[in-house]
Amino acid sequence: MSGWEIFGIWLAALLTLGILTFLYKDNPFYKFCEAFYVGLSAGYWVVSYFWQNLVPYVYDPLKAGIESFGATTILWSQFLAIAPLVLGVMMLARLVPSVGWISRWPLAFVVGYTAGLRMITFLQSNVMTQLQNSVEPVVRMSASGEFMFWETFNVLLVTLGTFAGLLYFYFSKEHKGAFGTISRIGTWFLMVTFGAAFGYTVMGRMSLLIGRIDFLMADWLHIIR
Amino acid sequence: MADEQTPKLSFWQKMLAIDRRAIFAFIFVALIFPLFFEISQEIPVSNDVRMLHEALEAIPDGALVLYSFDYDPPSAPELQPMAIAVIKAGLRKKWRMVYIGLWPQGPIQCDMAFRDAMLDERFKDLKLTYGTDYVNLGFQSGNEAVMQRMGSDIPGTFPRDFRGTPVAQLPIMNGIRNLGNFDFLINISSGYPGTREWVQFGVDRFGLPMVSGSTAVQTTEVSPYVGRQLKGLMGGMRGAAEYEQISNNPGRALKYMVGQSVAHVVVIFFIIVGNIAYFATRKRNQG
Amino acid sequence: MRREIPTAIAFFIGVVCIFQFFIPHWPFGTLVDTFSVWFQILQSFAIWLGALNLIKVSLEKSLDKRTHDRWYGWVVMAAFTLIFVVGMFFSGGRQFQEPGSEFDYLYRHLFTPLSSTMFALLAFYVASASYRAFRARTREATLLLIAAFIVMLGRAPIGDQMIAFVPEGYRLSDMASWIMTYPQIAGQRAIMIGIALGIISASMRLILGLERSYLGSE
Repeated sequence: MSGWEIFGIWLAALLTLGILTFLYKDNPFYKFCEAFYVGLSAGYWVVSYFWQNLVPYVYDPLKAGIESFGATTILWSQFLAIAPLVLGVMMLARLVPSVGWISRWPLAFVVGYTAGLRMITFLQSNVMTQLQNSVEPVVRMSASGEFMFWETFNVLLVTLGTFAGLLYFYFSKEHKGAFGTISRIGTWFLMVTFGAAFGYTVMGRMSLLIGRIDFLMADWLHIIR
Repeated sequence: MADEQTPKLSFWQKMLAIDRRAIFAFIFVALIFPLFFEISQEIPVSNDVRMLHEALEAIPDGALVLYSFDYDPPSAPELQPMAIAVIKAGLRKKWRMVYIGLWPQGPIQCDMAFRDAMLDERFKDLKLTYGTDYVNLGFQSGNEAVMQRMGSDIPGTFPRDFRGTPVAQLPIMNGIRNLGNFDFLINISSGYPGTREWVQFGVDRFGLPMVSGSTAVQTTEVSPYVGRQLKGLMGGMRGAAEYEQISNNPGRALKYMVGQSVAHVVVIFFIIVGNIAYFATRKRNQG
Repeated sequence: MRREIPTAIAFFIGVVCIFQFFIPHWPFGTLVDTFSVWFQILQSFAIWLGALNLIKVSLEKSLDKRTHDRWYGWVVMAAFTLIFVVGMFFSGGRQFQEPGSEFDYLYRHLFTPLSSTMFALLAFYVASASYRAFRARTREATLLLIAAFIVMLGRAPIGDQMIAFVPEGYRLSDMASWIMTYPQIAGQRAIMIGIALGIISASMRLILGLERSYLGSE
């Protein structure tokens, strides 16, 4: 391992410990690491987007278009890249309060595009297909024609649970009587869902910490393999 | 005088008032020791991971497979083992692999996973040519816009690869016009954009069969897609460990399972003690 | 007209995007492909806007002698400048992420440990919050707790080891799998459908111009 790599690992370990000192209390070392992370993160994203997005989608087409002026056919379609470039500059106008209103145009473009796409995709994938998944033959029979009790019970559970859970979210009617009973059952299913989500969240967060501790013990201190 | 007026706290009241830094220290120390041990017995494999494994094994040798790495370093402890394992599946079955990322860090994580996968003894004699057998097309911004465009024009969406080479110069990209040219999609995801968007666009819009590896936090949210939309799902580090086991690729996820066990027991212990302390002090106050 | 034109833009773009799902051919398909490119470019500019705003705020903070901790504003700008200069000018241009490049070095040894550790802090807070706030006060909360316990123990190897005497098919891992496959899916599906219906109605309101809060005040 080269000297620069070893230096890099020590730097990474010090920054890791710097962030972890926040657990004791807020301190200048943590504040330095936090500020450093904020600046580094912003710079990382700016550089990534520049080279991987702006250059191939704006610079390259415009360069090809300009170079085509010396050729037999002028590539006018390449100059279409000017439109999003203008919209992008309009977006940057937000930094200047006196002309910030002009950023509404690109913002409206983004909002309209996202809303238009999402309306149909969510309808198809998250409503129609999910309803289709919920409405399945409840009575389950094996290949030999035997009634499968537990399979049937499970499918019924999912169907009724989905229906009851959906009913819970209908707040236009007071949750009383039979409606209230079904929405209460829906609450129980939602509680099981949230419990499972909590369990998985704990699993996920602990995994991140295990990864960091592994880095400190293995890559930095070489205490474990 | 002051001592006479200050009521003496019971054991459980002291437990409720414990400094949270003691809890932090307990967690930290508790998670260090499991790293010295490794799991010795097999873990049960869930249905979702079994389905994922069967779906990947059913993909024929030499198929054209799209991998989308949509995560960043914080999710790497959970997702990097998954990434390595699915890349190894591709190496073993000699798929033509196209890697992309919808997060800026995705392609870098992919690159690291590929190099780790190639360290496996089984692949040391494998002669792969970048640009012919596999390619890393890098990152593109736009979230759903990228998927929308890939439905009709992949070379236009990714004009250059991770290294800046025009895709027209890469043999693997010959004949790849849109998502319909791929045989399968493998997505490793930790948030937005990720599994949900790929299901909405890749699967439901453009009909691409798909499996996903997801962080634990996201797993419960995408689990309803398993079946009709997702052919399989690896959820969190446990899912990664199950896939490593079933695909015979032991790695970091299996190694971390002991630590995961300790972490879960510690959290459950804290919840139980916290509840006992709460009910004990409540009873005392009511009494 | 400062609000009317953007509303009209949102309407036009939204309607074209909806139509192309049903008529993918010219002109809707072509228009949406073009809009997708513009969207991608605008996202880059949005990132640049955020970064420039950060620099502006950090500079103001650093130069304001009344601000406490103003020195950290310089740290933010220094870190930004470091990775910006290295990434733009000293990492081989388009090959800036090539393994071994200077940018790759900063990514692996600065960006990765900082971002990973920031998120790893959450593990401590999840444990501390569980201890202090997670109370089985009601039947619903108790049900939530029981489900969480079964899933946590079932998804870790220790769950089955603790009750190894229980026959296969009835162990904690099996119970956790059952919870995840059936009741959890039911609740999650209800949430998913509910959220989707909300998104559909919100999208319709945005496209039709009934919701214009994103345009800010007059």
